[in-house]
Amino acid sequence: MPDPASQEPQLPALTALLSGQFPGTVRDHHCHRGDETVVIKREALHRVCQFLRDDERCKFEMMIDLTAVDYFEQGRDPRFEVVYHFKSLTHGNRLRLKVQLSEANPRVDSIHDLWDAVDWYERECFDMFGIVFEGHPNLTRLLMYEQFEGHPLRKDYPMDRQQPIVELREVEERYEYGRKF
Amino acid sequence: MDNAPLDIQQHEANLQPTNDFSSSVMAIEIGPSHPAMHGIVRFTTYVDGELIVDMIPEIGYLHRGFEKESENSKWIQVIPYTDRLNYVSPLLNNIGYSMAVEKLYGVEAPRRAEFTRVIMGEISRITDHLTCLGASAMEVGAFTFFLWFIKAREYLWELVEQVTGARLTTNWTRFGGNATDLPDGFLDDLQERLDKVKEVMVECDRLLTKNKIFIDRVKDIGPISKEDALSFGFTGPMLRASGVPYDVRRSDPYSVYDELDFEVPVGTVGDCFDRYLVRMEEVRQSISIIEQASDKMPVGPIMGSERGVHYPDKKEVYGNIEGLIDHFKMVMEGHRPPAGEAYHAVEGGNGEVGFYVVSDGSGDPVRVRLRPPCFNFVEAMPKMTIGHYVADIVPIFGSINMIGGELDR
Amino acid sequence: MDLLIEILSIPLVQAILKIVFVILLFAMPLGTLMTLMERKWSAMIQDRVGPNRANVGNYTGRGLLHIAADGLKSIFKEDTMPEGSDRFLYLIAPFFGLIAGVASFAIIPFASPIGDFKFQVADIEPGLLFIFAITSLSVYGAVLAGASSNSKYALLGGTRASAQMLSYEVFMGLALMGLFMVYGSTRVSEIVDGQNTYWFGSLIPKWGVFTQPLGFVLFFTALVAETKRAPFDAPEGESEIVAGYFLEYSGMRWSAFMLAEYVAVVSVAALTTTLFFGGYHVPWLHLWTSAPEWLVRILQVLKFSVFVVFFCWFQIQLRWTVPKFRFDQTMALGWKKLLPLSLVNTVATAAIILIFV
Repeated sequence: MPDPASQEPQLPALTALLSGQFPGTVRDHHCHRGDETVVIKREALHRVCQFLRDDERCKFEMMIDLTAVDYFEQGRDPRFEVVYHFKSLTHGNRLRLKVQLSEANPRVDSIHDLWDAVDWYERECFDMFGIVFEGHPNLTRLLMYEQFEGHPLRKDYPMDRQQPIVELREVEERYEYGRKF
Repeated sequence: MDNAPLDIQQHEANLQPTNDFSSSVMAIEIGPSHPAMHGIVRFTTYVDGELIVDMIPEIGYLHRGFEKESENSKWIQVIPYTDRLNYVSPLLNNIGYSMAVEKLYGVEAPRRAEFTRVIMGEISRITDHLTCLGASAMEVGAFTFFLWFIKAREYLWELVEQVTGARLTTNWTRFGGNATDLPDGFLDDLQERLDKVKEVMVECDRLLTKNKIFIDRVKDIGPISKEDALSFGFTGPMLRASGVPYDVRRSDPYSVYDELDFEVPVGTVGDCFDRYLVRMEEVRQSISIIEQASDKMPVGPIMGSERGVHYPDKKEVYGNIEGLIDHFKMVMEGHRPPAGEAYHAVEGGNGEVGFYVVSDGSGDPVRVRLRPPCFNFVEAMPKMTIGHYVADIVPIFGSINMIGGELDR
Repeated sequence: MDLLIEILSIPLVQAILKIVFVILLFAMPLGTLMTLMERKWSAMIQDRVGPNRANVGNYTGRGLLHIAADGLKSIFKEDTMPEGSDRFLYLIAPFFGLIAGVASFAIIPFASPIGDFKFQVADIEPGLLFIFAITSLSVYGAVLAGASSNSKYALLGGTRASAQMLSYEVFMGLALMGLFMVYGSTRVSEIVDGQNTYWFGSLIPKWGVFTQPLGFVLFFTALVAETKRAPFDAPEGESEIVAGYFLEYSGMRWSAFMLAEYVAVVSVAALTTTLFFGGYHVPWLHLWTSAPEWLVRILQVLKFSVFVVFFCWFQIQLRWTVPKFRFDQTMALGWKKLLPLSLVNTVATAAIILIFV
């Protein structure tokens, strides 16, 4: 299938850079309202993000936001879209990167080794949407409590669903201390 | 007095196994109900004597489902929810969300609306900083400082109440403009109160900035380097205190900020004292911005006039049938921004408050996402705190300015 | 009538009456008044009105009834004891502070003696040493409370309290060495009488604060740290360890800790006045040679009370003006800065006395 990026006469700079550097990975792109957006293939995520962070021509030092959108009501397949926002301080531009995931296999590589902030953002995304980030050291729920059932921000999670009652739990001590009081 | 954090690996290597009373590690919950954990967060802290060797934060105590709720509302109904996000600077959230949806529409608010948004936004920023500085000073022990700042904050909240009708739940901006205009005599009242706030700032500055006890408590506490701050995604006063001059109003100017002249204070070390100084200076800069904006205030409408986007003026609504029909349709059916997605960032009290909105052309939002600035700060809390003493948790946490509504949404 | 005078001249009866007088008419009333005055005077510098709502019918007394209201409220609260705490130590801990605070009034003279009758409960030879002994007793209160409540915050508070109080006692003694050298005695009444002499004829009284300025500062700092008041209230935490060593106490036991703290404030003020500000001697009153004795005594008691209230006010203002020290900074201040200073003070005083006097 011909690469849609290569057929456009004029590409925004970053999209051109990415499609040149990683041919065949750019699925879609747009620049709606001035926000440069690139949709890439799932397998290329880690390479692309590493390139974005390290290469001198883009140099995205900051990962601003990591979230997901559920297009269940629009009946779209792939259902989920994981959205990354980056900001470069040296060049001053922003980029939105998207990865599309289907409901049957909502797994994507974790990029927690590239930016420290990603740790909790991925946990929150997992908590809210059920998207599994492979390679994340501690993918547990963040905003919800551990015994919560379901993933709240999915469109098929009803607003008024009741959760089962949780038993009172003890805090586990990782270290034992010398004397019991 | 050496405030530099200890080397934890070295220290842990020296720890004896259990049954030795001199060096055993104890788990303390600096727990959710604690006077210093405003906004509610829980830190499971592992201490050796008074030295912190590990810390695990736990958040989500104030999660109210802002994003889920906004998916089940109309676009305009989300604006009151945004008040409750960063509840010490609600107008900045209102402005951020409205500008994000205006970006989806591709419209801009009229000039007068933009200038009034700048004034109200900066007032909100001042109240945010006053609350943060006051609360953290109170926890360090300077209770009087807190009460003087609260007094100054009261002057400003009375102003906000004159314009929006409420001190905290302002619900003031609409898509393409604002709900209400500034009342008569507001700008003179504003100037008077700003002068009083300036006096309070001078007094409080004299009380704490050169006070040796205060400096000992906050100097070199909780430092974070530039690279770590960038990697953790810090924005706002925390990042500027570490030496990076990133301010959304300067790097991606929005509204009329490119016509106003102000400086962005930048620190060096990134410890709590730098953050305190950066916030104090930002208050002064905000006061100067407000004065400039009120000098340049243009005359004109506060709401655009495009059908389907802007609510018609009340004279039209009660005056002729087209206005009535427009208003009726807009209220009953809701706004319908065209399909697409937009991300708009404003400079909030804590940093970059980014709203990511996705629309599919029907009246229901597909996704409304707030990028919370203090999420990154609490994530970086272990990094800033490990190696310090238990008593240092309080100044560090106070300097973060964690607002529960923004962190947990 | 004669029987009454005979009974009153028994020293034991006199001592008991004096104790009752001092405790019931000076220490306790001022202590409880300070609980309210703390809130009123702090409100004064914070641009607000303190508590003024407690009322009986329509009479509010501008907040004075809050003292009674607080006391009654504490009595009616539930008296908890945490599970796993050491019962005996938990129960006796609140009282050490009270005992120490009240007992330190024993050696404070209120007016000059009339004949053989001294306005002082016990005029013992080692008066100064008695002060040190009694203030060290108050350490037990904090430490036992912290150790016996089965709680980690209380443990942290108790540990901090013990370390802080022990280290500040060390140089409290040294700070008073200078005083001992200047006035030549450890008997408190002799120190007070020594402050009744004047320099340059009848111009400047030889108060402790003029003869030993550094000693005054050190002693006052040490006593403020002993009472664990700001800026030295790390054991009490309040934002880190949420009340520290008296965390698990409620109701009247907590009230006992609070009362002990305020009685200690009054006793600090009384000690400072006695040792450094001339005690009860009204300056330049000896110039009025024809003053009747009873008037002189009343003026002396008045002067003493005014100074005590002033120093209570000063401590309360100090608490609300300065931020708190972190605990290791408190210790560093005590050991590394104030202890050498007190040694320097002692040596310098000795040198000056040797050379000039």
